[in-house]
Amino acid sequence: MIEPDIIHSQAVDIARRVREGELRAEEAVGAFLERARARREWGAFLSLREDAALAEARAVDEKRRRGGRLGRLAGVAVAVKDNILVAGAPATCGSRILEGYRAPYSATAVERVMAEDGVVLGKTNMDEFGMGSSTENSAFGPARNPWDAGRVPGGSSGGSAAAVAAGLAPLALGTDTGGSIRQPAAFCGLVGLKPSYGTVSRYGLTAYASSLDQAGPLARSAEDAALCLSVIAGHDPRDATSLRGTARDYLAESAGGLPAGLRLALPREYFQEGLDPEVEAAVRGAADAFAELGARLGAASLPHTRHALSAYYLVATCEASSNLARFDGVRFGTRAAGEGPRTLLGMYEASRGRGLGPEVKRRIMLGTFALSAGYYEAYYLRAQKARARVRADFAAAFAQADLLLAPTAPTAAFALGEKTQDPLQMYLSDVYTVPCSLAGGAAVSIPCGRTRAGGPIGLQLMAPPGGEGLLLRAARAFLAARPFPECPALNAAAGPALGGLP
Amino acid sequence: MSAEFEPVIGLEVHVQLATATKLFCACPADGAGKAANANICPVCTGQPGALPVLNRRAAELAFTAALALGGKIPARSVFARKNYFYPDLPKGYQISQYEEPFCAGGSVALPGGRAVRLTRIHLEEDAGKLLHGVGSEKLAHSLVDLNRAGVPLIEIVTEPDLRSAEEAADFLAALKAVLQYCGVSRCDMEKGELRCDANISVRPAGSRTLGTRAEVKNLNSFRFVGDALDYEFRRQCAVLAEGGRVVQETRLWDADAGVTEGMRGKEEAHDYRYFPDPDLPPLAAAPELLERLRIGLPELPAARRARFSAALGLSDYDAQVLTADRSLADYFEAALESAAGEAPEAPRAALAKALSNWVQSEMLARGGAEACPVPPARLAGLIGLMLKGTISGRIAKEIFPRMWDTGKAPAELVAELGMTQVSDAEQVAAWVAEAAAENPKAAADLRAGLEKAAGALVGAVMRKSQGRANPALVQRLIKERIR
Repeated sequence: MIEPDIIHSQAVDIARRVREGELRAEEAVGAFLERARARREWGAFLSLREDAALAEARAVDEKRRRGGRLGRLAGVAVAVKDNILVAGAPATCGSRILEGYRAPYSATAVERVMAEDGVVLGKTNMDEFGMGSSTENSAFGPARNPWDAGRVPGGSSGGSAAAVAAGLAPLALGTDTGGSIRQPAAFCGLVGLKPSYGTVSRYGLTAYASSLDQAGPLARSAEDAALCLSVIAGHDPRDATSLRGTARDYLAESAGGLPAGLRLALPREYFQEGLDPEVEAAVRGAADAFAELGARLGAASLPHTRHALSAYYLVATCEASSNLARFDGVRFGTRAAGEGPRTLLGMYEASRGRGLGPEVKRRIMLGTFALSAGYYEAYYLRAQKARARVRADFAAAFAQADLLLAPTAPTAAFALGEKTQDPLQMYLSDVYTVPCSLAGGAAVSIPCGRTRAGGPIGLQLMAPPGGEGLLLRAARAFLAARPFPECPALNAAAGPALGGLP
Repeated sequence: MSAEFEPVIGLEVHVQLATATKLFCACPADGAGKAANANICPVCTGQPGALPVLNRRAAELAFTAALALGGKIPARSVFARKNYFYPDLPKGYQISQYEEPFCAGGSVALPGGRAVRLTRIHLEEDAGKLLHGVGSEKLAHSLVDLNRAGVPLIEIVTEPDLRSAEEAADFLAALKAVLQYCGVSRCDMEKGELRCDANISVRPAGSRTLGTRAEVKNLNSFRFVGDALDYEFRRQCAVLAEGGRVVQETRLWDADAGVTEGMRGKEEAHDYRYFPDPDLPPLAAAPELLERLRIGLPELPAARRARFSAALGLSDYDAQVLTADRSLADYFEAALESAAGEAPEAPRAALAKALSNWVQSEMLARGGAEACPVPPARLAGLIGLMLKGTISGRIAKEIFPRMWDTGKAPAELVAELGMTQVSDAEQVAAWVAEAAAENPKAAADLRAGLEKAAGALVGAVMRKSQGRANPALVQRLIKERIR
C-alpha cells in the first residue's frame, strides 16, 4: 500500500489543513493509526486507541462541519508515553505491576491536547517507570531505533521517539527526568524539548522523581515542538509545583530567525573524557554553523558537573523509592500471593517482587537506603547541596551567555544489549542531560549530524528557566539552515526485518 | 506504693480540622453516614500521577489553632513524607510535617491556671480504615475504606508537663474548648475528630529525671484517657516496686479488659525515612493572613470565664459550666442581652443568675444549646413574662418544653393555653372562699393560729385556678380573709 503524503507532514501543516478543510481529521488520524498498527515491530506502542482515536477524529470533523472553530492540534495524532494517563487507556509505565490497569482520569497535558482537537493515538513504550536510557527496561520488550533496528532508540521515552521517527505519529509526548526526552530525540534524529520545571503540569504523569519530572514534546521539527508546547504548557491548579506565566505562544516566540548577537557558550566540562569524537566533531561543527548564522560563540564553565550524575542518582532514587510505594498490590495492578501462609507482608513482597523489574528494584533499594536513618545526611542532604551548586553554576553561566550548547549524549545510539549488563555505563548516557534537569532549566535536543554508520547525532541547547521561546527560536533557525534528513524508515515499504537480536 | 512515685505524662493529640473537604483534594471530609469509599478520588486513593494540592482553609484553621494556643508560626513550614507500607495508606506514605512544623511552642491553661507547654503542632493527612469483619462476622480477608484517607488533622504534641490522669483529662477538656471556640475543630471524640496517645513514665516523687516511658494508644474518650493512664501508672509503679525495669514500648488500651497491653516492639522497628515532599511547596505563613486570623479570633474560654465571673457576678462554677461549650456561652449571652431589653429595670446580675440557672437546668438537660430549637430571644421573652408577673415560674417551666417542641413564641403559648396569671383580687378572693369552704379543717387550724395550715389552702386555690392564680396574691388574701 502506498503511504499517503501525510506521513511526511509536520503537525503544524496537518492542523492547518484540517482547520481549513483540506484534510479530514479522520483521514489524518486514520493514516497514522493504520501505520502504527502495521509496524508493531518497532516496539513503539504498548497500546493503541483504535476505536477511540477514530471516533474522536470523526468528532473533530463533525465539529468543523457544524461550523465550530477547530483547535491548534486539529486532527493531529499524538503518541503519548505510557506513564502519562489517558482516561480509559492502559497505563503500564512499562511495568508488569500496572498490567491491566486502566487510567481513571486523564493527565492535564492530555486534556489540553484533546481540548485543542488533537487525538491521542496510543501509549508508547518506555523504560519501566522512566528508569533507563534505552527502553530495554520495558517489561514488554524493547523499542527499536528506526534509523537502525539493531540499535536502541534511547530512553526512557524511546517508544515516543521511535513512533515519531518511523512516521507512526507526527508528534509525541514524552517525559524527561534526567534526559528521557532529549537523549531519545538525539538517538532518533528528532527535536525533543524538556521544558523548565513547572512549565507543564505533572498532574497525571506517573511520578518517577517528582522534583525533576517534566513532560514535553518529541517532534520532527522545532515548529511542531513549539506548537505542542504552546498547547500543553501553563499553570494547572491541580499541580502545586506548576508555574504561572508559562501558557505562551511558543510557536510565535520561535519565529524570526536567530537573534542577532545571540551569545552561545560551550561548557568545557561537556567536551572532556568520554565524549565520542564523532559526536564532538558534529557538535563543534554545529556551533560553527550557529556562528555563521550570527551567534557569538564563547566558552563557559559548569565546575560542579562532575557531581551532577551522582547527585541526580541520589535525588531521583530517593524520590522514586517513595513515589513507587503506591504500587503495593492493594488497590490496582498486579497482586500476587506469597508462598506459605497468606500474610500482608507476603502479599507485598510477592506483588512487588514479581511486578517490578530489576532496574526499578535497584533504584528503589538505592533510594530507600539513602533516606534511611543515619544515611539521610550523608546522601540525600549532600545530594541536595550538590544540586544547589549545580544550579548556581548554571545561573553564573547564564549571566555570560544566552544559551549553552553541548552534546545531548556522549555517543550516538548504541546497539541493543550493549549496555544492559552494566548499569553504570547506562547511567553515563545521561551525563550531559542530568545537570540541566537538576538546575530546573529548559533544554532541547536537535539533530546536528550523523555518524559514519548513518545514525543521528544530537545537539543540546540549554536555557535558564522560562527560556523555551529563545531555545526553540535558535533550534528553528538552525534546522532551517541545516535541515536534517527524514528517517529512511519513513519511506520503507515495510517495518524492519528483525532477527539476530541479543 | 504509688505515693512514692509520680507519673510524668505528655500527650499527642490528633484533631480533625473542620473543613468541608480533605487536605489535598476536593473530596468531602465528612464521611458520616456515607457508604465505604464514597468520598474518594484519584488523589486520595493514590492513583498514579495524582498530585496533592493544599486545602487553603485547612491551613487557615491550623494557623488559627496556633494563634489561639499562643504558638510561634514560622514564615514557612515544610511538608514531609512519612514512608511506611500499610493497606490503609494509599500512597505508601503519609503527607505530614517533620523537621519544620507550622507551629512551635504554645500552651494550654489548666482550670487551676497552670500552663501546660506545647512542643509543636503539625499538619498532616489521616489514613483510611481497615475492616476485618462485618458486624460480628469475621472476614477471611480485610476491606479498605478510604473515606478518611486525606482528611485534615493537626497533631498537637505537649511537653511532659502533666502529673496525673485527671490533669490529662483536664488538659484535653481545656484544649477542646479552645479549638471549638475558634471553629478549628468540632472535636467530637465519638467521631474520631479528637484522638489521643499518651507518653507516660513514672519517677520517685520530687525527682528531676525522667523514667523510661511507654506510649499508650487508643485513648478515644475522656474516660479512656483517665482510666488508661491510671492503669498504666499503677502498672509501672508495680514494675519498679518489684525491682523491675519499665520497657520503652507502645501499649494499646483495651477498654473492655481495662488494661494496657504491649504491642511487642512492632512499632519500634519503623524507620519512616522522612524527606521533604517534592510535590508541595513550603507552606508560607503570610503576615497579612496571620493578622486577619488573629483579628478574627473569638474571646477564648479562659477570658470569657473570667468576664462572666467579674462582670456578671456569676460564681466560678457557673462561669465554668457556661463557658465550657462555646454554643452554650453564646446562647447564654444572647439571651441575657434580649432579657435585659425585656426587663430594663432588672439588675444585670440578677438576670444573669436567673438565666444561668435556667440554661443549666432546662437546656443542658435537653441536650444543650446546639440541640436547642428555641432562639435565645424567645427564652428571654419567657423570662420577661415571668419577671413581669404575667406567668409564674412554675408555668414558665411548663411553657419551655412546649416552645422546644412546637417552635411557638412564649406569649402565644401562654394565650393559647390560657395560662396567663390571674391577679384579679375579686376572682382570687372567690377561689379562696371556695377553698376555705371545701377544707373546713385547714381553715379552722389556720384560724386557730396554725400558720402551716395555709399551705393546704394555697394548694387548693392553685388547683382551682389551674395554676394561674398569682401566688403572692393568694398568700395575701388567705392571710386577710381567713381569720
